[in-house]
Amino acid sequence: MRYVMFVCGDGTEPDVDLQAETEAWVAEMERRGIRKTGDRLRPVADTTTVRVRSGEALVTDGPFAEGTEVIGGFDLLECADLDEALEVAGKHPWAAYGGIELRPIWEWLDA
Amino acid sequence: MTVEEAVAAAFRDEWGQVLATVIGLTGDWELAEDCVADAFASALDAWRRDGVPRRPGAWLTVAARNQARGRLRRAGVEQRKLAEVASMPDPEPVPPTEFPDHRLELIFTCCHPALRPEARVALTLRTLVGMTTAEIARAFLVPEPTMAQRLVRAQRKIRNAGIPYRVPPAHLLPERTGGVLAVLYLLYREGYASSTDELVRPDVSGEAIRLARALVSLMPDEPEAVGLLALMLLQDARRPARLDADGEVVLLADQDRALWDRTMIAEGTAMLEAALRRGQVGAYQLQAAIAAEHDRGPETDWREIVRLYDELLRVLPSPVVRLHRAVAVASVDGPAAALPLVEELKAELERHHLWHATRADLLRRMSRGAEARSAYEVALGLAPSAAERRFLGRRVAESG
Repeated sequence: MRYVMFVCGDGTEPDVDLQAETEAWVAEMERRGIRKTGDRLRPVADTTTVRVRSGEALVTDGPFAEGTEVIGGFDLLECADLDEALEVAGKHPWAAYGGIELRPIWEWLDA
Repeated sequence: MTVEEAVAAAFRDEWGQVLATVIGLTGDWELAEDCVADAFASALDAWRRDGVPRRPGAWLTVAARNQARGRLRRAGVEQRKLAEVASMPDPEPVPPTEFPDHRLELIFTCCHPALRPEARVALTLRTLVGMTTAEIARAFLVPEPTMAQRLVRAQRKIRNAGIPYRVPPAHLLPERTGGVLAVLYLLYREGYASSTDELVRPDVSGEAIRLARALVSLMPDEPEAVGLLALMLLQDARRPARLDADGEVVLLADQDRALWDRTMIAEGTAMLEAALRRGQVGAYQLQAAIAAEHDRGPETDWREIVRLYDELLRVLPSPVVRLHRAVAVASVDGPAAALPLVEELKAELERHHLWHATRADLLRRMSRGAEARSAYEVALGLAPSAAERRFLGRRVAESG
């Protein structure tokens, strides 16, 4: 099963530096063959949304939906099942500050 | 036994196990459920024609497997999957032990924390007990389409989110077992002290007891599972005395003990003692010990009950447990000693009718009639079941 893991928070930085812990998490999950790719995202202030209506592109500053939860990063995981994905996500240092959302990838080749 | 009775008995006893096996084979909950339903439907004619098979569950499993095989073939499913489904042993020539019992996998999957709690309970009733969507909808007072959608969503989530069909590995087992026991106890409480207009619903609590029995037979070494079953039996033994002939609530102290089910009490007590001997005390065993002490009858040892609540608070520090402890303290040291223990729970429990009813009862026993009356009135406004409202209404009138 493939999952995209969204690392979510409220848009603020925690008062501790999680860089070293995050790097250790990345190293462990890559070694286990679970994490395929992933990155940190720039904040909401740098986000732009585009919608096309009646053939016309409407460009706005900011995210599609204003919410309290902000996606701060993503990782692509290859796991045996949801239990493994939960274990992996639960080990991410951000899980203790914000929350980690696990979205299964829609696999088109499924029987 | 007529053929109809044989099919009904097989449905009651085998539905969960047959479905669990077919889900294990196909990995597809919706398909498995359709095929098992078809197998039961075809049993009536086949058993009339050929006689009731020696092992109805095995017959039904093979019939459902054949259905699944046919449907998968028609749907053009890859050969490998078909081969897996086909490789399941035929039942009659092989000993029953070769038929794996997948009910534990099924119950752990139904109670997975990635599903909403209300979906866990509904899915457990649907898959393990075989209750229809309409019956579950009635039991939880939601419209049938709502319940149907809840069940379909849960089944799809199991497949799409990759919730594994298995008994969790050792490091996850303690927390997941706790989740399964919580679903069963919730189910039992819904039947024993219903949130609906009907206070007691023996059908729902009966199913919870049946599932707990199945769980204990599958996990005989899990003392909290045994403790939960003992708790259910020790509480359910008092059910015939909890309402009088007019459907009115009878308090524990006023119950006709001749109506209590002695066989159930004996079974629950023996079970509890066996669980306690393992030396891994938990919340269900302690609650069962409290129920057992109440079941002993008029010579209830209230000091022992207070002690058991103290122990329970160490593993389950909840305000409701503290409220029950305060009631026990009132029986040992009098209502004046218990009242401050109740008052200090106000912030946490003032939306709960039992807090107001308990406080009212203590005030009544302390001859503070006016305060008791207004507390009973608040309790009356919050009580969920009609029987409790009638009881509290009488108390309001008496304390006038």
